Amino acid sequence: MQISYLVIALLLLTGVSYFWGRRRAVSLAKGEHLVVLHSLPSFHGAYVALWCGLPALLLVALWMILEPQIVEAVVINQLPADRAILAISDPNVFKLLLTDIRNLASGNIVSQTIDPALQAAANSYMRYEAISQQALFLVALSMAIVMGSFARTRLSQRFRARNRVEKIARWAMMTASLIAILTTVGIVLSLIFETIRFFDKVPFDEFLFGLKWSPQMAMREDQVGSSGAFGAIPLFAGTFLITLIAMVVAVPIGLFSAIYMSEYAGPTMRSVVKPALEILAGVPTVVYGFFAALTVAPFFRGAGESLGLDVSSESALAAGVVMGIMIIPFISSLSDDVMNAVPQSLRDGSYALGATQSETIKQVILPAALPGIVGAVLLAVSRAIGETMIVVMAAGLAANLTANPLEAVTTVTVQIATLLVGDQEFDSAKTLAAFALGLVLFVITLCLNMVALRVVRKYREKYD
Amino acid sequence: MSVAEQLENSGQPEKAVERKSKVIGKDITVHYGEKQALFDVNLAIPEHQVTALIGPSGCGKSTFLRCINRMNDVIDGCRVGGELTVDGVDIYRSNIDVVELRARVGMVFQKPNPFPKSIYDNIAYGPRIHGQASGRGEMDEVVETSLRRAGLWDEAKDRLEEPGTSLSGGQQQRLCIARAIAVNPDVILMDEPCSALDPIATARIEELIDELRERFTIVIVTHSMQQAARVSQRTAFFHLGVLVDEGETDQIFTNPKDERTQDYITGRFG
Ligand SMILES: Nc1ncnc2c1ncn2[C@@H]1O[C@H](COP(=O)(O)OP(=O)(O)O)[C@@H](O)[C@H]1O
Ligand SMILES: [Mg+2]
Repeated sequence: MQISYLVIALLLLTGVSYFWGRRRAVSLAKGEHLVVLHSLPSFHGAYVALWCGLPALLLVALWMILEPQIVEAVVINQLPADRAILAISDPNVFKLLLTDIRNLASGNIVSQTIDPALQAAANSYMRYEAISQQALFLVALSMAIVMGSFARTRLSQRFRARNRVEKIARWAMMTASLIAILTTVGIVLSLIFETIRFFDKVPFDEFLFGLKWSPQMAMREDQVGSSGAFGAIPLFAGTFLITLIAMVVAVPIGLFSAIYMSEYAGPTMRSVVKPALEILAGVPTVVYGFFAALTVAPFFRGAGESLGLDVSSESALAAGVVMGIMIIPFISSLSDDVMNAVPQSLRDGSYALGATQSETIKQVILPAALPGIVGAVLLAVSRAIGETMIVVMAAGLAANLTANPLEAVTTVTVQIATLLVGDQEFDSAKTLAAFALGLVLFVITLCLNMVALRVVRKYREKYD
Repeated sequence: MSVAEQLENSGQPEKAVERKSKVIGKDITVHYGEKQALFDVNLAIPEHQVTALIGPSGCGKSTFLRCINRMNDVIDGCRVGGELTVDGVDIYRSNIDVVELRARVGMVFQKPNPFPKSIYDNIAYGPRIHGQASGRGEMDEVVETSLRRAGLWDEAKDRLEEPGTSLSGGQQQRLCIARAIAVNPDVILMDEPCSALDPIATARIEELIDELRERFTIVIVTHSMQQAARVSQRTAFFHLGVLVDEGETDQIFTNPKDERTQDYITGRFG
């Protein structure tokens, strides 16, 4: 809370130092024209501002990461010897003690009766916190001022502020992209570690090749019928079935509308149809989900009944069709782009040989755009595989191993969602199974995306 | 070497034998939207000769060329007025089949534009859609003769299955010429066919044009007056959408009637 005031103060200082550096640069020009300066005054200002703000803000960030750990260690060490030894030897006891101390410090209700030793620890905890915070304020603010003043003294007519600022900007961009990459790596690593824990409990081959999925574990020893079976095949089969249905819907419709937009529609028509299709991409998937569950599924059921077919009320068909509709804009928009990228000169060449428009499309444009279209479809497939909301609402939970689109199936994403909903133990096979499923899903979509991007890129190279 | 000297040296321009006109444009006007690009152009193009269209860029040479195979139809907002006949038939009459017209009036573009298909399929493209060859044997024959006529057979015969885009620029342009020849047209239109090529490739194409004249009527747009002098028998000079001067090539270059033509060929503008 208090830290935020510090950050605001630092930002204000940074802003002020910008103008401070700028003014100094202007005065360095000694009334002459500003070209005598190597860099524009604004770069001088930015240089001073960066020196003033960046180190201090970095310090605050580091402090916030490291400080609690140091204070905690110190407080634990001050506890009576018996407890401290317990705490240091067992991380769980350590955590419990800490929680108690913290709760005491912030005046929350504590589970146990208050222990004088704990009370003392809580008091010192609070004291250290306060000291550390004051120290941080002092150090950070003076650091900002000192660094800023130092940077300001370096300014001169020939000072290359522009190049320096450029360099710092490059570092900033690199840090930003590094954060994105590291986050991804972190997510993948945690997936992998949890998955390894899952395979301690459930054999690898049972998971990958097992035909039965029933993740209910027995809560008590004597509970019946919930032994837990973690065969993922029915889930992947269900995912595959729904994705297939979605593609059967989305590929022809998407492709034909792309052809219409890029080859037949006039500019006005195009300016209406393309945004309209892109609105389809902007509909939240939850909305598609209840559309599937409340409108499309009952419709299929009714239609099936009148044909004498037995359609489940949560059929793969309903979920697949609605997912297909959701994916149409991906395919149409990307395919439209690649077809537009086919050079006009190829069309002209074909027309000049006496080809009609549809001959030109079939024999020149589509073959030329095919790699890009394949890429678009692959991206759409990976989107369909990862889609959750529609299938959660419309596809059902029963892990049937079937190829019949009229029956209920379930998908990987639906199972992940249901495994983690509600109160769960975090190290049961049931919750860990979600990580294993997630990892497999991640690998599949990653491969699809990589292939798709490579295909698209290869195609791009051809005309540039 | 000046243009006039070149003409003296080449010594080949035929004397005015009365030739039948293959293409006749009467009062051709073209508008792109509101903007008028051609003003009442009257031009007759004789059979089995090379007619060069010259003039500063933007003067409407390409526009006139595209009138002859109605490629202007492809451009939004382009309107053509007047009467243009090919073999005495007005091609802007409503019951003309544009597809058929373009099979008879082929076109080669400024930048080589082979399809992203094999060399063989590039040539076979036209005959295939017009059903001009039945069976693989006949098609092989069409491909071979077209490539031979375009002077590309020796270079391409061992790599017919390779993509057309793998050829060099000059070879690609000859491939495009072969592709146009394959449908057996009467007229071939060329819009600055050498402007993207190096001098050696240009020389080959110019030779080729001279050979092709025997079978086809050729109209070529060029910005190089040397090229016009070298390859054409007749020359038409356009300026600001108006056909200024037109006649035998040697006469246009040695003895132009119009002052603007004189200024252009002596390099005073353009
Ligand atoms: N597609 C088009 N749309 C609008 N104006 C065009 C188009 N093509 C050509 N023009 C205009 O018509 C005039 C003649 O162009 P063009 O026939 O291409 O000239 P040239 O081939 O002699 O350089 C130019 O002024 C040009 O701006
Ligand atoms: Mg032109």
